[in-house]
Amino acid sequence: MSATRKPMAALRKALWDENPGLVALLGLCPLLAVTSTFVNGLGLGIATILVLTCSNMLVSASRKWLRPEIRIPIYVLIIASLVTCVELLFSAYFPALDRSLGIFIPLIVTNCAIIARAEIFASKNPVTPSIIDGIGMGAGFALLLCTIGAFRELVGQGTILSRLDMFIGGDPIAGFLVFDSGFLLAILPPGAFFSLALAVAAKNTIDRRRKRAAGFRLSI
Amino acid sequence: MEFQRHDAPFFTPRTDVASIMRQVLYALIPAVLAHVWFFGPGILFNLIIAALFCLAGEAAMMKIRRRPVQAALADYSAMVTAAIIAFALPSLTPWWVTATASLFGIVVAKHLYGGLGFNVFNPAMAGYVVVLIAFPMDLNLWTAPRMGDIDYQYPTLLETIRYTLTGVLPSDLGFDAVSRATPLDQVKSGLSNMRTFDEIHNNPMMGHFGGRGWEWVSNFVALGGIWLLLKKIIRWQIPLGVLAGLLIPSGFLYWVDAGVHASPGFYLFSGATMLCAFFVATDPVSAATSPKGRLIYGFGIGFMIYAVRRWGSYADGVAFAVLLMNLATPAIDYLTRPRIVGHRKLEKWRQE
Repeated sequence: MSATRKPMAALRKALWDENPGLVALLGLCPLLAVTSTFVNGLGLGIATILVLTCSNMLVSASRKWLRPEIRIPIYVLIIASLVTCVELLFSAYFPALDRSLGIFIPLIVTNCAIIARAEIFASKNPVTPSIIDGIGMGAGFALLLCTIGAFRELVGQGTILSRLDMFIGGDPIAGFLVFDSGFLLAILPPGAFFSLALAVAAKNTIDRRRKRAAGFRLSI
Repeated sequence: MEFQRHDAPFFTPRTDVASIMRQVLYALIPAVLAHVWFFGPGILFNLIIAALFCLAGEAAMMKIRRRPVQAALADYSAMVTAAIIAFALPSLTPWWVTATASLFGIVVAKHLYGGLGFNVFNPAMAGYVVVLIAFPMDLNLWTAPRMGDIDYQYPTLLETIRYTLTGVLPSDLGFDAVSRATPLDQVKSGLSNMRTFDEIHNNPMMGHFGGRGWEWVSNFVALGGIWLLLKKIIRWQIPLGVLAGLLIPSGFLYWVDAGVHASPGFYLFSGATMLCAFFVATDPVSAATSPKGRLIYGFGIGFMIYAVRRWGSYADGVAFAVLLMNLATPAIDYLTRPRIVGHRKLEKWRQE
């Protein structure tokens, strides 16, 4: 398939052109709920990459034995067991991050970006391209989580990289202070929606500029 | 396109957007004066700052959207938004709060949804809710109303200007000296502390109905609203709906148990009830449009104002009620489409 021959093209597609968060608007529940800081976004992003890569691999490997009538429950079973593994890993190695993300790590099971990749890609493709697709799509989602997390943290609290200690250990880190006080709304749920809308708008604007620069005439 | 006019005795109706918006602004003048009398000159500065930022936001957005800037500024709709924001904010408000409310209302709630005529939400209320959530502390500073018998300290004109520009009061004038809990706050916390309404209301601050000062500002707002009704700028359905939606549940509960519920008169003349009924809910863009729909829309707003005031965590619920009913407007309009003339008769005739 094309993904084995051109892994870079597949990655580019997953990161930008078909980004699960920006374009397909999948998995919005965790995306909106946990991105109050960069570190939270990064934590959930890494968990999603892990689950998505492994689930794509397992679904793709078992695609020939699965009867189509029961494939969705099987996908959910695979994803749920992987999520349990990731959750145990997180609570063993990053207990503070695990507490901070709370219910949203178990809720990766219901992230429709993962089941969508299983259904759309992994169930129809061999194992290697499926793994590449999983890494790419997971990274695209994680990138969006981190971007929105960093933006909301900067606007809402005026800091960058606060609570980085949840990853690297050590004493609590307050983060680098950029502004004295933040605009509280950015941390609250409405701020998540506004940030996502701004991100989607920015992507569309960049795409349109590129298209125009490439010589396409938009027929308006 | 210019239409040919004939010379016959036709009068050209003057009902363009600008003249309507201008009359709405005129109708608010007595209320502004009453507000200055009771709560100090702060609202004038709110008004100036809100107008500045609303007009600037409008001009910038029209320029970005490549639309005529001059026409948008001349239709006064941004000015009406600014006036309602100025009324919603406390009389002592730092300028950045007012600016945030104005810019959010105009840029996000109005222009990102397509500009005048397309905005789903009332821009002024959207802007107000944003600052209410983002700057909760700044929106608590309501000055005490001017009273004859009890003297509080009042910030002077210079102190008001200084507070508006810097957000700091002079050191000899603390927040506790100039601000008081609003009557709605007092009733809400009093009722939740198991005090009876009469007990809470037995306080010179509470005035006759809705609190000293507040009730008079409400009266003048209502006066302006009635003038708009007489000029046929607004229709009677929405104000009636809002007032009924507030009066019916509060009146019923007060009749059931006058101890634990506040009187309907109190709710009617306190907070932003009148402003909502005559100036906010009647926004022609975000309100329902069919006659029956207007009644339902108004009633829903009134009922939700009561629900927030009585059971919610905020003291006043006008902004939330208006935004929620704005969401329901398309459904209300769809379900209350007026019957096409002769339509039902035809069905009956077919059945026979």
